[in-house]
Amino acid sequence: MTGVRVLVGTRKGAFTLTSDGQRRRWEVNGPHFGGWEVYHVAGSPADPNRLFASPSTGWFGQLIQRSDDGGASWEPVGNQFTYDGPVGTHLWYDGTPRPWKFTRIWHLEPSSTDPDTVYAGAEDAALFRSTDGGQTWHELAGLRQHESAPSWQPGAGGLCLHTIVQDPDDPERIFVAISAAGVFRTDDGGQTWRPANRGLRSDGIPDPDAEVGHCVHRLAMHPSRPGVLFMQKHWDVMRSDDGGDSWREISGNLPSDFGFPIAVHPHEPETIYVVPIKSDSEHYPPEGRLRVYRSRTGGTEWQPLTAGLPQSNCYVNVLRDAMATDSLEECGVYFGTTGGQVYASADDGDSWAPIVRDLPPVLSVEAQTLP
Amino acid sequence: MIRVVLPTHLRNLAHVSGEVRIDVSGQVTQRAVLDALEARYPVLRGTIRDRETHQRRAFVRFFACERDLSQESPDATLPEEVAAGAEPFLVVGAMAGG
Repeated sequence: MTGVRVLVGTRKGAFTLTSDGQRRRWEVNGPHFGGWEVYHVAGSPADPNRLFASPSTGWFGQLIQRSDDGGASWEPVGNQFTYDGPVGTHLWYDGTPRPWKFTRIWHLEPSSTDPDTVYAGAEDAALFRSTDGGQTWHELAGLRQHESAPSWQPGAGGLCLHTIVQDPDDPERIFVAISAAGVFRTDDGGQTWRPANRGLRSDGIPDPDAEVGHCVHRLAMHPSRPGVLFMQKHWDVMRSDDGGDSWREISGNLPSDFGFPIAVHPHEPETIYVVPIKSDSEHYPPEGRLRVYRSRTGGTEWQPLTAGLPQSNCYVNVLRDAMATDSLEECGVYFGTTGGQVYASADDGDSWAPIVRDLPPVLSVEAQTLP
Repeated sequence: MIRVVLPTHLRNLAHVSGEVRIDVSGQVTQRAVLDALEARYPVLRGTIRDRETHQRRAFVRFFACERDLSQESPDATLPEEVAAGAEPFLVVGAMAGG
């Protein structure tokens, strides 16, 4: 029977939430890796029972854990992330050069076709790949060796590579996003990279439309239209119709165009979701009302979705990796909050209910549609 | 026989309970103990000290005989009581770590 498994990473462990296709009753399992900070849990599209998780702690560093049975059991795999070639420097918060130093893995992106291949986005920013199910990792160093890299500066969360988007039609093309450097694209499988930030404007940098230096929070792509990308930036919701060569703003009537996640409907490539946040220093919903905004027109015209979400005194945040969709016919949309709630909608976002209310702060949410 | 006490997270990771007992040949130093520990439990590599530089992770401390040995040279001889197995070598997560 068709079902859904939601993978949740939190500040103090990971959880799996499972339901049948109705998505009314949920079973909560966890915490896995209790006490570890789990930035991301992701499942392989090629083998949904294969999951990867990235627990870390300030004490003991980074682990990568793998499950081959849908999260029932886990085994640590490789955790050696070594920068390839000269380490070099980037800029620190105070504008001085600082050597690249590995801190953690923010995001895991399993290959859509090969269960043994998975990409990992690191802080300090770098892209790693494993082709043996996570046992060994190799940096795609062309990205970090881009000529602009010495000028990259960290966002508030660190100099992190947090988004990895594979082009389903072209295995050589990958997009990544780095806070606060921006979007980079490779067309040769990761050997060479070029910035893809034309059209972005950021007031917090000396040259607002510089080629690099933008705090991109998240990218989303519909697999049927790989040339179309959606972006939630530090401020501004943006769209590209030419594979990242240029961007235009689609914030339209949003109450705030600051936010972190952005997601695309699995069956409607022009339907997108964001969660507006009041401002860069006030990371909570405007007016204390938690609203998902949906556009069915590819941006610009947005509709608030409030049914079942708290509409007073709500001051949680929704982080960049904490929103996902399933691919059932009536699409499920999921997001987790820094207050520990995971909300689900089984009707495209029209109505919402919490699956669970009192987890540790949620860092990431992924949804798997199970056969 | 050297007795090593690991913090909870690392005991869970290595699937051990209580103290770990390891054999160290030659001089009993911090490095020799950690080398032997990591050889027996490869999953601990990178969690106590950096995989390549072998530098102690910032929020990990080493205690023995009621002393903080964290700043000692990794090649300094550990106290006789540790080498004799009378006292354990403690790997501790610093209180500030998380």
